[in-house]
Amino acid sequence: MDSQIAEPDAAARIASIPIEEIDVARPSLFQNDTIGLFFDRLRAEDPVHYCRESHVGPYWSITKFDDIMAVDTNHKVFSSEAKLGGIAIQDMHSAEGALELEMFIAMDPPKHDQQRKAVTPAVAPSNLQLLEPVIRERAGEILDELPVGEDFDWVDRVAVELTTMTLATLFDFPWKERRKLTRWSDVATAAPETGIVESYEARREELIGCAMYFKTLWDERINEEPKNDLISMMAHSPATRDMPFLEFLGNLMLLIVGGNDTTRNSISGGVLALNQNPDEYAKLDSDPSLIGKMVPEIIRWQTPLTHMRRTALEDWEIGGKPIRKGDKVVMWYLSGNRDESAIERADQFIIDRKNPRHHLSFGYGIHRCMGNRLAELQLRIIWEEIHKRFSRVEVTGEPERLYSNLVRGITRMPVRLHAR
Amino acid sequence: MINITFVASDGERRKVEIEEGETAREAALYNDVPGIDGDCGGVCACATCHVHVDPEWIDKVGRLTDGSMEADLLQFAEGTTEFSRLACQINMKSILDGLVLHVPDKQY
Repeated sequence: MDSQIAEPDAAARIASIPIEEIDVARPSLFQNDTIGLFFDRLRAEDPVHYCRESHVGPYWSITKFDDIMAVDTNHKVFSSEAKLGGIAIQDMHSAEGALELEMFIAMDPPKHDQQRKAVTPAVAPSNLQLLEPVIRERAGEILDELPVGEDFDWVDRVAVELTTMTLATLFDFPWKERRKLTRWSDVATAAPETGIVESYEARREELIGCAMYFKTLWDERINEEPKNDLISMMAHSPATRDMPFLEFLGNLMLLIVGGNDTTRNSISGGVLALNQNPDEYAKLDSDPSLIGKMVPEIIRWQTPLTHMRRTALEDWEIGGKPIRKGDKVVMWYLSGNRDESAIERADQFIIDRKNPRHHLSFGYGIHRCMGNRLAELQLRIIWEEIHKRFSRVEVTGEPERLYSNLVRGITRMPVRLHAR
Repeated sequence: MINITFVASDGERRKVEIEEGETAREAALYNDVPGIDGDCGGVCACATCHVHVDPEWIDKVGRLTDGSMEADLLQFAEGTTEFSRLACQINMKSILDGLVLHVPDKQY
């Protein structure tokens, strides 16, 4: 789809797979970036696709924009409840020794609504206005320290650093220890086979360490006057202040992961997309006022979370297919974001696209990403500050992608900066 | 044609026309009225076309219905009041000719 495919005859091979054998849950397809070819076939031949056997059990794939929208906005039929499996294709609470975290993204109303309302003000537009100058200043500092004219890893030096510093700002987290947030975010989404943690026990121990750290911050904030940071808000809100331990930890993880992986990979994905589309890069260079429109296009193009999952609470029909009560239903945002019937020239990266926010990356309905404008703000600031300093961020080697069917991640990307 | 006036948060007024059967969201987007984002495409799936109906017009437009998807979405929006609605759910008909809608500073 949007990057060079490692295996040259992949297209022919994928075209010959019998449709009923297609299983898009395999993390390797995302790592080698052939997944787009599979989704192209599903959208064309079997847009609501049942996979009978996979490493995550049987599941439905919803691949067209409008069908995804219909599921996402029907929370009364399609549940996010953790006990039913939660929000990802891999069931929550399924692994031996895993912590049974509780978080509002994996709850249905009314509890979801109460908890979400408690933390939403942190990322509301009025609070973002207060954050903007701080984020801009810190972004500038990160960019000013970068070497010009020599290769370095963009992911580590810029994408991770920038999102981590924004998170630290949102939590009012001890500044010098902010990389702890990056580590906890990585650990929270890691399965042992990714190599990030050795075992579920190791993961459990690290997350408990995280919880203890935040408990200390919480105890400080609860004894202070309410402030605009997320911890203070949660500590003082009636909806969240008496949360049980696993719910406290779960909601923290949600905010850390939600604000970290996603924006990080959109920052890297944007650089890659501009390098793969030099005409678009030239457009941006001659008219930086396009950044506001380019940002949602980058978020569509990258689709940093490939999917969200629901569980059917009753029998239902989608695209003529019979969904049974209890079935696992996966909304592939990455596929819907390439659906020509909803988005014109969906297979192209166009920085001055009309209606650029009409994409699925944030989801829709009551679980729609609450940090969506913060994500856009960070990307807008970083691109404005890059433009002031550098004429080009050149990708100088093959990027490495994450082994995951959920987070569409770039783990390493060598670049070289050209001074303006 | 039906007239709608959008009042921005700084008080600036923009009068636009729309055909019967379209929605207030479409009236805003067709005329590039700032402050109405309308990300989802007008299907009541986000809350980025939030408006405050002018109190004089609220009875004709109608209030938010408890338990509706529109109410579910608006509960997470910033600065909602008893006059809050999603513009995509306001169908324009002749009795709404002259409607006044106040646009919040920002949508999300």
